[in-house]
Amino acid sequence: MPERAPSSLLKKALERRELTLMLLLMVLLVPITIRSPQFLSGENINRILNDMAILSIVAIGEFLVILSNGIDLSVGSIIAFTGMACGMINESYASVPPFVLLLVGMGIGLLMGLFNGVLVAYGKIPPIITTLGTVNIYRGLTFVLSKGTWVTAHEMSPSYIGFPRTTFLGISYLLWIAFVVIAVFYYFSRFTRTGREVYAIGGNPTAAKFVGVNENRVRVVVFLISGTLCGLAGALWTARYASAVNEMATGFEMQAVAACVLGGVNFSGGAGGIIGVVLGTLFLGVVTNALPVVYLSVFWQTFVQGLIILVALALNTLSDQRKSAKLLAQRRG
Amino acid sequence: MPDALLEVTNLTKIFPGIRALDNVKLTLRSGEVHALIGENGAGKSTLVKILTGVYIPTHGSIVLEGKEISFKNAIEAQQAGIVAIHQEASMFPELSVTENIFMGHHLRNPKTKKLDWKAMTEQTKALLGRMQLDIDPDTLVKNLSVAKRHMVEITKALSLDAKLVIMDEPTSALTGREVEDLFRIVRSLKESGKAILFISHKFDEIFTICDYFTVYRDGQYIGEGKVAESTEDQIINMMIGRSIDQLYPEHTPALGKEILKIEKLSQLGAFKHISFTLHEGEILGLFGLVGAGRSEVVRTIFGIDKASEGTMYLEGKAFMPKGAKESMRKGIALVPEDRQKQGLVLKMSLTHNISLPVLKLLSFKGIITRSKEERAYVLEHGNQMEIKSAGYHVDAETLSGGNQQKVVLAKWIGTKPKILILDEPTKGIDVATKAAVHQFICDMAAKGVAVILISSELPEVMGMSDRILVMHEGYQTAMLDARKCTADTVMRYAIATVSQEAAHA
Repeated sequence: MPERAPSSLLKKALERRELTLMLLLMVLLVPITIRSPQFLSGENINRILNDMAILSIVAIGEFLVILSNGIDLSVGSIIAFTGMACGMINESYASVPPFVLLLVGMGIGLLMGLFNGVLVAYGKIPPIITTLGTVNIYRGLTFVLSKGTWVTAHEMSPSYIGFPRTTFLGISYLLWIAFVVIAVFYYFSRFTRTGREVYAIGGNPTAAKFVGVNENRVRVVVFLISGTLCGLAGALWTARYASAVNEMATGFEMQAVAACVLGGVNFSGGAGGIIGVVLGTLFLGVVTNALPVVYLSVFWQTFVQGLIILVALALNTLSDQRKSAKLLAQRRG
Repeated sequence: MPDALLEVTNLTKIFPGIRALDNVKLTLRSGEVHALIGENGAGKSTLVKILTGVYIPTHGSIVLEGKEISFKNAIEAQQAGIVAIHQEASMFPELSVTENIFMGHHLRNPKTKKLDWKAMTEQTKALLGRMQLDIDPDTLVKNLSVAKRHMVEITKALSLDAKLVIMDEPTSALTGREVEDLFRIVRSLKESGKAILFISHKFDEIFTICDYFTVYRDGQYIGEGKVAESTEDQIINMMIGRSIDQLYPEHTPALGKEILKIEKLSQLGAFKHISFTLHEGEILGLFGLVGAGRSEVVRTIFGIDKASEGTMYLEGKAFMPKGAKESMRKGIALVPEDRQKQGLVLKMSLTHNISLPVLKLLSFKGIITRSKEERAYVLEHGNQMEIKSAGYHVDAETLSGGNQQKVVLAKWIGTKPKILILDEPTKGIDVATKAAVHQFICDMAAKGVAVILISSELPEVMGMSDRILVMHEGYQTAMLDARKCTADTVMRYAIATVSQEAAHA
């Protein structure tokens, strides 16, 4: 059998998306810092991280769904509904402590994710169709719930609005929560049976069936997790931006998908890792925050994000093609 | 005898570790139906893929109408006049018959450059009429029966002005009447001067429709002749006529108690009334040609597919698994036929592939608490199979076929099965790995494991098994003692030329 050719350190590094992203980030930071030295100040870094915390939570749920060869387009709407619900509860019952609101958000999100998962697993409706439907259903429910009105900052309690900004050991609660979510799901994806089964189902559902993996259960679980994390994100969103509006988080699914794609997650499932997703989120954050520094108007932000997604997808496809070309060459002799 | 239309000489195709075709030849003449005969794995499909431009030969020559040809892709082969009618029709179900027939070579109005549907529909009508087919050109292909789809494919070949039409098992999905229709068309193709390469396992068809035959075995050319001047016996001898030149490991059966008993197991449309018993330490061979229903039987025993009728007893208790999970828990392991599609998660590392069936043992309340044990486990079973790789962290897709198969075996031995089912475990792997797999099977049997071995290679089944269950088109045609029967007998039951009492019992 042909041994793999010994490759140089750089080549090896380029094979790992995580390392490529780190390198790219560093390359990107050099001109930015030269132009604006305070970009790398503790304060600014803290701001970027806080900006990206909610996205990283949502992207992790999206990651698990994509890993199982699905996609969750309903994340933005779940955030909106749970965010609105938390805002309205806070408006009416100011005494409910913030962490209870987070749990309420997660509970509602769990139910919404469960609904997605059941439709996909037992209704056999493709994930893209299912969540294309529920993205509208959940957004519609948000309008029904709020009757089209907003919850504004002065209608909410200071303890809720202040919650994400409260610090512990100099780091905001928002960031702590993101860290915990990242750690838990890093562990989940690598050291639990279900985590391993998500990789197996995404990589080869037939082979998974032959070893007794319950495909339906795995599909429900990934959507359930994604929904729950969106619920958490919704509760945090309303507090951080001190308002609950019906249009909140519109199009957020695209950013979540972008973070995954950037992080090297295989779009057809079975390959990818949490570290990549977190780095992908960070990359998006740095680019977004750096735009004003390089005198590019914020109006270009969406354009640049789209460009990044395209480049990342092209890179993924290219490396996949090279891999299969290599395998095909072996086979064709 | 007319001049050859197609002359294949010294054609060789080497895949890593295996010679799929070894210096074969084939001569086809216009106006002739030529049967290509051989067991599974004889190299027939490889030859078809080379003739239709899917594979590039390692060396050798193909001469079409006096000109040496080499195709870079399927379209070049089509343009040269070689068209294959595939086992599974490669058509566009949502498009009409006309659209399917003219796909890739649409007619255009010379002035406006618009697609000329009127002309195309007219031509389709004419072509269908020539074949005496009662099909409306505007029907969507998805609304046609399998047989009619075949006819449309053949019509397409005609519209391409094919010189050589290759039919790979064209009757496998057809009923008796439909086969008659197909033969009528084959005859009319023949009369219009086309050459037809007819690949089939069914001797009655070969004797009905074919003029000449060529036999391949193990990738080698064995012989050819006129069908009218040959007997079934002669052809069967050419197909199998080898001394068992490969050595099989010594296996003295020490039969333990009966572990599995199967009675009249059936699955609609796949197999019917299969009955057998299996003992500890026994190797039961399951032989039959493609489409005999062997894989379906073992998939049902393993719980992947549902039985429509019949009973199973595992260690004396009634047993009807609802899925792999249940049968695995009861001590059954199935190494599936297609290691890439069913056996492995190619994007996963070897470690994760091997530990996948036993994650339950390595975890506590769903958390994989024993990563160290996982590594030790993988190392133990991987090394036992002597997997050659750059390490257990590499993805399964980077391995050669033989080593992938070893990974699949390593993955299953750890489950400590009482019944080990192997579906084509040596298909497409090199000789050294094959020998290792054979040794492995005997070792398992010596430990008291009951083994069911499916193989399309007759010598392998004969050399490895204690008893052989022979199937033909879903029916059990014989249960033979492997030590007392000849290859000839087994093959006769597999193509069912002997009495089919068992089949209709």
